[in-house]
Amino acid sequence: MDSSARTLPHRFNRPGGIGFVSYVIVAFAILWSLEGAGWSVDRLLSSPPKLADFFSRAWPPSTHNLERLAWKMVETLQIAVAGAAIGIVLSLPIALLAARGVLVGRGVNLVVRIILGFIRAVPDLAWALVFVVAVGLGPFAGMLAIAIDTIGFCGRFFADDMENTDPGPAEALTATGARRIDIAASAVIPAALPAFVSTSLFGLEKAVRASTILGLVGAGGIGIELKVGFDLFDYPTAMTVILMIAVVVIGVEQIGAVLRQKIIGPGR
Amino acid sequence: MQVIDLQANGLCKRFGKAAPVFLGLDFSIRQGDCVALVGANGTGKSTLLRCCLGLIAPDAGRISLLGMTMADLGPAARRDLRARTGLVGQKHNLVPRLSVLSNVIHGFLGRHSGPRYWVHSLAPAWARAAAMTALEKVGLADLALRRADQLSGGQSQRVAIARALVCNPRFLVADEPCASLDPQAGEEVMALFMTLVKREGVTVLFTSHNVQHALSYGDRILGLQGGRIAIDAPSADVTPLEMAKLYG
Ligand SMILES: Nc1ncnc2c1ncn2[C@@H]1O[C@H](COP(=O)(O)OP(=O)(O)OP(=O)(O)O)[C@@H](O)[C@H]1O
Ligand SMILES: [Mg+2]
Repeated sequence: MDSSARTLPHRFNRPGGIGFVSYVIVAFAILWSLEGAGWSVDRLLSSPPKLADFFSRAWPPSTHNLERLAWKMVETLQIAVAGAAIGIVLSLPIALLAARGVLVGRGVNLVVRIILGFIRAVPDLAWALVFVVAVGLGPFAGMLAIAIDTIGFCGRFFADDMENTDPGPAEALTATGARRIDIAASAVIPAALPAFVSTSLFGLEKAVRASTILGLVGAGGIGIELKVGFDLFDYPTAMTVILMIAVVVIGVEQIGAVLRQKIIGPGR
Repeated sequence: MQVIDLQANGLCKRFGKAAPVFLGLDFSIRQGDCVALVGANGTGKSTLLRCCLGLIAPDAGRISLLGMTMADLGPAARRDLRARTGLVGQKHNLVPRLSVLSNVIHGFLGRHSGPRYWVHSLAPAWARAAAMTALEKVGLADLALRRADQLSGGQSQRVAIARALVCNPRFLVADEPCASLDPQAGEEVMALFMTLVKREGVTVLFTSHNVQHALSYGDRILGLQGGRIAIDAPSADVTPLEMAKLYG
């Protein structure tokens, strides 16, 4: 047998000194965080009765203002669709500036990516608060918050999608003497299109989830009903709102999954 | 007087920390030559072709292409120079989701810019006609509207050739143009290249693992081995034994 002559690769690597120390540090960081988050076994154990009390008062969900809530839900979806659509359209040119090796140099890529990172770092509710100040209470502020949030998300991931396309066609067009803008439009974007569709659908799902909560800060949509329900101890209405949000969010995610499958095809 | 289309001096190239691919190559190609570049797998043929067209920069050495040095040119002049060259890549590098016709029309992007040359539906009538003529030359006119990712290997090879030929390059570089073609189609493509060389004075630099093709269609053989030029001679003077040594 010559198998002894050939050394097989190890299945696992034993962690070295630095590896071991970093595991310990991570473990301590988690314990320290639990402490900072006010971890309390007593309060956890005393919560089930209180939760049961909430559910008994919230059940059955209220049905008498269903029509008003349904219209609020429609407004919520309108905020999400309008905001996501504007955000997706604006994301494309921004992503072209953020994608490395497509249109502009590394310096511009970096600046645009930092700006996109900043947009993502600001929570959507904070954007909604900013736009409520800027354009007043109501769904328009919510729509703008969703649009900017979508730019942060789609701008970055469209750029990644473009960077992940096969560089071969772009090289072939470079060899014909094509300009960068022509290469982007005729090789990079067509190749990234299925990924764009998938990313956009994720953006829309994210927008729907975010739009249901904007009402908490007065930026339109069904969130206001949730807040009022809790503030007035009208738990059955709050329960109705929660269930409606769950149904809509799950529904949109399912539709998104089906569309992605249709457009991109299985296993690609 | 002979016009020199490609002059390479002291080319060196290595990728990262790997062993160098070239250790100083010197050669020249005259206008109207049909040169076969041969060598074993991984000897750097594709890399050399990329260097010649300025798609990657050599670590050292100079390349002058059609009398100009790519490294010294600004972007506009560089595009201008590239518009006069054509490349058929080893991987055919078609844009997968576009039609065959759109891919061929992309061949005009060196001379023209803008949305009219992005997809065939928007293209000017003359460009569509010229692209169809190029497709006819490679025998694929009936697949013009087929999506490029739904072609067989040989078909996509031929589309890549049509894209490279559509803007009448002065200098054509073809990396294993017959690799995925059946024997008959391979002969036809090589014959097509020969016609270009003989009738239109196009300079052709091609690689091939088919020794017979290299010897019969190449006027000259350039053999790469161990990072150096091992053979640089008219094909008539190269013996099959010398060729065999390249791969030994
Ligand atoms: N982008 C790259 N990064 C790192 N190494 C590379 C790269 N491109 C090529 N190489 C290496 O350079 C060497 C030459 O590759 P090249 O593709 O030029 O060979 P080739 O002669 O065309 O081979 P083949 O006959 O298989 O087409 C190989 O060892 C390859 O692994
Ligand atoms: Mg190769």
